[in-house]
Amino acid sequence: MAGADGDDSLYPIAVLIDELRNEDVQLRLNSIKKLSTIALALGVERTRTELLPFLTDTIYDEDEVLLALAEQLGNFTMLVGGPEYVHCLLPPLESLATVEETVVRDKAVESLRKISQEHSPVDLEVHFEPLVKRLASGDWFTSRTSACGLFSVCYPRVSSTVKAEIRQHFRTLCSDDTPMVRRAAASKLGEFAKVLELDYVKSDIISLFTALASDEQDSVRLLAVEACVSIATLLPQEDLETLVMPTLRQAAEDKSWRVRYMVADKFSELQKAVGPEITKNDLVPAFQNLLKDCEAEVRAAAANKVKEFCENLPEDSREQIIMTHILPCVKELVSDTNQHVKSALASVIMGLSTILGKDNTIEHLLPLFLAQLKDECPEVRLNIISNLDCVNEVIGIRQLSQSLLPAIVELAEDAKWRVRLAIIEYMPLLAGQLGVEFFDEKLNTLCMAWLIDHVYAIREAATCNLMKLVEKFGAEWAQNTIVPKVLGMANDPNYLHRMTTLFCINALSEACGQDITTKQMLPVVLKMSNDQVANVRFNVAKSLQKIGPVLDSNALQAEVKPVLEKLATDTDMDVKYFAQEAISVLALA
Amino acid sequence: MSAISASEKVDGFTRKSVRKAQKQRKSQGSSQYRTQSAPVELSPLPQLKDAPSTEQQELFTQKLQQCCMLFDFFDSVTDLKSKEIKRATLNELVDYVSTNRGVLVESAYPEITDMICTNIFRTLPPSDNPDFDPEEDEPTLEASWPHIQLVYEFLLRFLENPDFQPSIAKRYIDQKFVLQLLELFDSEDPRERDFLKTILHRIYGKFLGLRAFIRKQINNIFLRFIYETEHFNGVAELLEILGSIINGFALPLKSEHKQFLMKVLIPLHTAKALSLFHAQLAYCVVQFLEKDPTLTEPVIRGLLKFWPKTCSQKEVMFLGEVEEILDVIEPTQFKKIQEPLFKQISKCVANPHFQVAERALYFWNNEYILSLIEENIDKILPIMFGSLYRISKEHWNPTIVALVYNVLKTLMEMNCTLFDELTSSYKADRQREKKKEQERDELWKNLEELRLNNTTLVQNNSHANTRNTTPEFIGLFTLKY
Repeated sequence: MAGADGDDSLYPIAVLIDELRNEDVQLRLNSIKKLSTIALALGVERTRTELLPFLTDTIYDEDEVLLALAEQLGNFTMLVGGPEYVHCLLPPLESLATVEETVVRDKAVESLRKISQEHSPVDLEVHFEPLVKRLASGDWFTSRTSACGLFSVCYPRVSSTVKAEIRQHFRTLCSDDTPMVRRAAASKLGEFAKVLELDYVKSDIISLFTALASDEQDSVRLLAVEACVSIATLLPQEDLETLVMPTLRQAAEDKSWRVRYMVADKFSELQKAVGPEITKNDLVPAFQNLLKDCEAEVRAAAANKVKEFCENLPEDSREQIIMTHILPCVKELVSDTNQHVKSALASVIMGLSTILGKDNTIEHLLPLFLAQLKDECPEVRLNIISNLDCVNEVIGIRQLSQSLLPAIVELAEDAKWRVRLAIIEYMPLLAGQLGVEFFDEKLNTLCMAWLIDHVYAIREAATCNLMKLVEKFGAEWAQNTIVPKVLGMANDPNYLHRMTTLFCINALSEACGQDITTKQMLPVVLKMSNDQVANVRFNVAKSLQKIGPVLDSNALQAEVKPVLEKLATDTDMDVKYFAQEAISVLALA
Repeated sequence: MSAISASEKVDGFTRKSVRKAQKQRKSQGSSQYRTQSAPVELSPLPQLKDAPSTEQQELFTQKLQQCCMLFDFFDSVTDLKSKEIKRATLNELVDYVSTNRGVLVESAYPEITDMICTNIFRTLPPSDNPDFDPEEDEPTLEASWPHIQLVYEFLLRFLENPDFQPSIAKRYIDQKFVLQLLELFDSEDPRERDFLKTILHRIYGKFLGLRAFIRKQINNIFLRFIYETEHFNGVAELLEILGSIINGFALPLKSEHKQFLMKVLIPLHTAKALSLFHAQLAYCVVQFLEKDPTLTEPVIRGLLKFWPKTCSQKEVMFLGEVEEILDVIEPTQFKKIQEPLFKQISKCVANPHFQVAERALYFWNNEYILSLIEENIDKILPIMFGSLYRISKEHWNPTIVALVYNVLKTLMEMNCTLFDELTSSYKADRQREKKKEQERDELWKNLEELRLNNTTLVQNNSHANTRNTTPEFIGLFTLKY
């Protein structure tokens, strides 16, 4: 350990300690983040006997510094001498677990959970478990909140007497009179249940679960819904009906929309946890109610789950349940008053077609798709279009094309450029599914029109879109349909459109190949080097740099080089700059 | 709305545009999970004033029951007749409890509270726009206000009726009632919050047994607001009530109240939406300090701990609050906090944001603060001098420069000799600072090398590091500041 031996090493450590107390937060933060350096220099023993007590005693600091400290300490095991001594880290982490700021506390708990694994079973009982107990019976709510996250990590590895104590502490916290603590306990209920013996799950956890699920605060009740998933997974099927279902039913009809929202949001998990029989008898009607909830927020959450719910229905009765129970609700949602609900539905409804098969899709779903394609809200239409691939697999997209087209055209011309942008992104997908003929006939003009959109982002996306289309339909198609139009824009009076030609060439040259690039595109680019607008000229230089690698070396030397050399003497400094850059990149100098 | 749609992914502004589209619709129904079936049509009852006195009580009860019928105000065309009957009845009830004596017989209390609970207690609906900005956006107004307003009015008159007996009412206006009332403070409708404020204040005044409970629940709401959700519409209203509650605290202050100050009120300053309730919050803090001046030091240190780092608007508010505190500070308390406080003020006057600098420099217009500074000029001047001197030469804003000159002049007049000393040593001080900076950089570099060396060493030999150590080194950790 030469490093920490001599006086030269003492000095920096002294400074570090000094900086742990520096007035400037940033410097304190820096030194805390380098805490492992100090520990390394000190060696394990002095880290234990000096550094840790110092940290435990004197750190009252800004939350940001405390957060860094809490994180550091989670990785300190080796620095204090390995698992044998890991318990030395508990005192500073214990005080960090009691601070007010949630992020600091959470980080301290995370570090505690981490190092709990490094404790031997004996140390766990001698050092760790007493800490958990102290936190659990702390005066201020913060320590009790932190304790909630620590029970499950020590429970599996302690003796049965200690286990009983831990269960008792958890029980106490579940009925704490501070809602913050009850929330923390409720959010850890599922996790804790998982490490408990089944008998205790039935005797202890269920009563806690029931109590939390009927808490006076909805913020506590909704967390119980989350726990419900884990608890139901742990219990044998025959106990679910009596132990879990009454509470779940009650949650699905809770007077607070937040709780019902939570049920809707966790519906697929709940469905898997309770199994097919209960799903058929209980969850189907509950789901119907959620789809018809008076609060749009809840309906939207449920609508989001329609596909997953249907997929997970027991196969023997799936179709019948969907057709008689779910589909009628879905139909109503298509004309919901709230657009978020409709758009949530639109994002999953197409998935039903794979579940229901061709005939049902055509008879029952198609009208819904068509209705949503005509929805007044662009989001709804977009969501339908973006999921076309599911339907394509089942019935082919042709069935939809008649309605699809007006929808696409309308979105393509939407007043909001972000909507236009979104539809452009689906163009390659649509083109692939609709085929080249349909595309040429109906959509090509749209794609070209975007090139002269007044918003740059749209022109840029349109350029990129062309490239993807060429990749899909091939160079020959490009030569016949796209390239002439693109090159035609080189003579446009608007310099922005002339630049678009250049951008398109940049994007297309590679996909089109050497022949088209050299013979058709290059002459146009070269001609534009005389453009009166400097922006066009320097973009010519940039384009030449970009397409250079695609060209053959003859053309490079004979045609590109002179033009670039001329541009390099341009009066405009940007043109000069980009011309020179191109010359050096293409190695033409 | 948790559903993030495809267009929202690409269109960060969707919500805003959606919001604009919804602007016309500013009211919404309350989210009552209506288990009751469609409202039964109401038929008008005879007027209370026309009824013979023997039947009045019975009629009063009937009317209260009639008012338990809830209507859907989101649908503006249904049940028009019944809605009008309920409105008229409520008006009559308000009138009845505010003008008549002897109407609050014991048997009426449960009927009255039942009617009130049925009407006002409801789960507040999800906010129409999730990133509601109370400063910019129009609040969503409660659709059923035409009825709810009258129910609140009725509750208020009920509480203020001279015959009102808390000993009977406490069976109904209990902890659960208060809890639900407090939850309503999250309402987006400012009219509703205003009523709630007055009502809660009355309840706090009349029900001694509920006071501690109310304070505790407000604590919980605030703590949740600070550390969990950062969302609660009624913070300002609750603080306003607390302002007057604090005013009435007996001396010496209970530790519960001090804890409330330090663990709730001071951390409330960290909230993003501080501007919405800062006036009320600062009032509460100053109330505390007027009650017990010894709290000044922890309060100032608390504010310094949470001093805004990036938000200039909040910094201006903090400075305002500090001035309010300094206005009432005792000179002995001032001495205790002058150093850390003026280090912060010195940073503020050097702030590139002119409003922050200006707000801090305005302290020098305050006669009382000036007198405190003058008394302690030998401590304060050295702290302030560096910033002021530098800013007088460097700040971009001419108003600030002019203000700084005035402040420098004032300070010079307070202690001319010290001022001259500081001026002449200014350059040397700056150089010393620069040198220190360089040394620090150097040290970090060395340290980095040290770390690299040690990492390899420790990896080779993670346990056997129990050499003896140099004695002066141990002292480093026992030093405290």
